[in-house]
Amino acid sequence: MAETKELQPREKQELSTPAEQTRPGLVFTPAVDIFETEKQITLLADIPGVTLENLNIDLREDVLTLTGDITPFEEADEEDILVEYEIGRYFRQFSLSEVIDKDRIDAQLTDGVLRLTLPKVEKATPRSIKIKAG
Amino acid sequence: MIFRRPFYNPTWDFRSAFEELERMRRQMDEVFGELERRPQRLLGAGVFPLINLTEDNNNYYVRAELPGMKPEDINISATGNSLSISGQRNIPSEGEDVRYHRRERSAGTFSRVLALPGEVDVDKAEASQMNGILTVVIPKAEAAKPKQITIR
Repeated sequence: MAETKELQPREKQELSTPAEQTRPGLVFTPAVDIFETEKQITLLADIPGVTLENLNIDLREDVLTLTGDITPFEEADEEDILVEYEIGRYFRQFSLSEVIDKDRIDAQLTDGVLRLTLPKVEKATPRSIKIKAG
Repeated sequence: MIFRRPFYNPTWDFRSAFEELERMRRQMDEVFGELERRPQRLLGAGVFPLINLTEDNNNYYVRAELPGMKPEDINISATGNSLSISGQRNIPSEGEDVRYHRRERSAGTFSRVLALPGEVDVDKAEASQMNGILTVVIPKAEAAKPKQITIR
């Protein structure tokens, strides 16, 4: 059964940017699920360690940009013993097609998972057309 | 005009060749020594979840990234000086009529046991979860805490 398989550890995907970052620190690509229904496209992204204030969703010229700074969790006087995952920033961009209704985009952040709902514009939702016999 | 002969060195004989090897070996030792001195990096145990372990004078802090997991999905138990974290990550179904474009997030079970480097007081351990990060704070046993010794 696929549901009960054992989870494998995954190193955070470090982003290889064509342009150099202007800020120091590591940049990661979050894992996302994207699925579509007739009415909307939903995007789920795993961004553990990002608070609401540090998450930035920007839509400009059909490009949706997610940026999230991971809040440093350590107190100043803590010493590392074992470091298996690193912190930095999440960054990912998606290009949206014309069919997205940009005014009704909705975002929710729960337990480190971002849920972004991108509704399609009314005219793009398919309607079945009844054919009359004549 | 000066002829450069890059691979010819008049002082190159057997002795200096061995010296050269010796010098290279020392440099290699320095490089590897440097690597060993750093904290153990990335995928140390190769078991999910990845854990960061830190300490201060009073506590050990175990942190793991578990996004989208509810506290009731995670089991934490401690015995002696080992800490066990297990659970199951579910990704709820989004209905029948959805078409997936990307599926990068994974679901499944996990179990990890971590040996803490010193004596701990497991009765006072506390766990919390925030923004998808699990934090377990385990106080060190009184005997293991560093004692300030004053000079008289």
